[in-house]
Amino acid sequence: MKNLKMSIAAMLLLAVSFTNAQEKEKMNMDHGKMNMDKMKDAKAEVVLNDYFMMKDALVGDDTKKAAQAGTKLMASLKAFDMTKYSKEDQKELIDIIEDATEHAEHISKSPMEHQREHFKTLSKDITDMVAITGTSSKLYEQFCPMYDKGSAWLSTSNDVRNPYLGKKMPSCGKVQREINN
Amino acid sequence: MLKSKLTKMKIVKIIVLVLLVAFVGIQFVPTERNQSDVVPKTDFMLVNDVPKEIENKLQVSCYDCHSNNTAYPWYNKIQPVAWFMEDHIKKGKEELNFNEWADYSDRRKKSKLKSIISQIKDDEMPLSSYTLIHKDASFSEDDKKKVITWLTQLKDN
Repeated sequence: MKNLKMSIAAMLLLAVSFTNAQEKEKMNMDHGKMNMDKMKDAKAEVVLNDYFMMKDALVGDDTKKAAQAGTKLMASLKAFDMTKYSKEDQKELIDIIEDATEHAEHISKSPMEHQREHFKTLSKDITDMVAITGTSSKLYEQFCPMYDKGSAWLSTSNDVRNPYLGKKMPSCGKVQREINN
Repeated sequence: MLKSKLTKMKIVKIIVLVLLVAFVGIQFVPTERNQSDVVPKTDFMLVNDVPKEIENKLQVSCYDCHSNNTAYPWYNKIQPVAWFMEDHIKKGKEELNFNEWADYSDRRKKSKLKSIISQIKDDEMPLSSYTLIHKDASFSEDDKKKVITWLTQLKDN
């Protein structure tokens, strides 16, 4: 019985690492392709990276790491350069960044439940930002109907790992949209 | 024996005197008063159609720290209470200033409303240190329901 469990676990692990590797390869390919056809906004990519670091911390119920990501995100939002965008986009971006900065700041100094509340609105801000800036990687907008009457977030993988419910219900939710910029 | 008792008395006297001088001294440290007669055109109550009951509740419970005009109680003239309050008001206005409502972008208005609702719902605001003295500022269950329902409507419109 114990042996059987062990081998099932081993197989699962193998399967997971295999799909992960495949995904990485796919991402790398996308990256190469996108870079060739258009240079994307590097400063926006840093913002996205910090956002994903925060998302992963919340998935793992890690308040401290989420707070650190909040501080990082505040800095990368501040460093964002919008001069190359149209006047109209700039106006929108100013609003987005102002709002997102405030959420990042709250996340940098709040307990977990409060962090998640702010993460919800922050996710909307970041999604709207990506709609303007674009990104070199493929993103997935995911949605969990169970948190606060339904909440969305962004992920680089189509595998659902829930930042709102964390370890309590890690796989609750579904991919509701693919973002290909 | 008698001598040591006397020196002890002396030390206590000195300490009390020092504290007294310090207490009087800090009264001269100026604090910034958060007071204004003007209600700017951007005020929450002027740009939104707020029912009287809701307006009263928000004015009484929130405006002392979240607007440019605080209704100061008499003891606020005494330090160190004044410092404590000054700090609270400064932080409160940074987070949310109802007087500047119309200056917030639509995105931020939504964000602010969401936070206001969640703070009231979770009893995090008004602060318990504030309602301890301002009894009329605290929210009854009925107040909460009414205010939250109205604010939610405003947010979703």
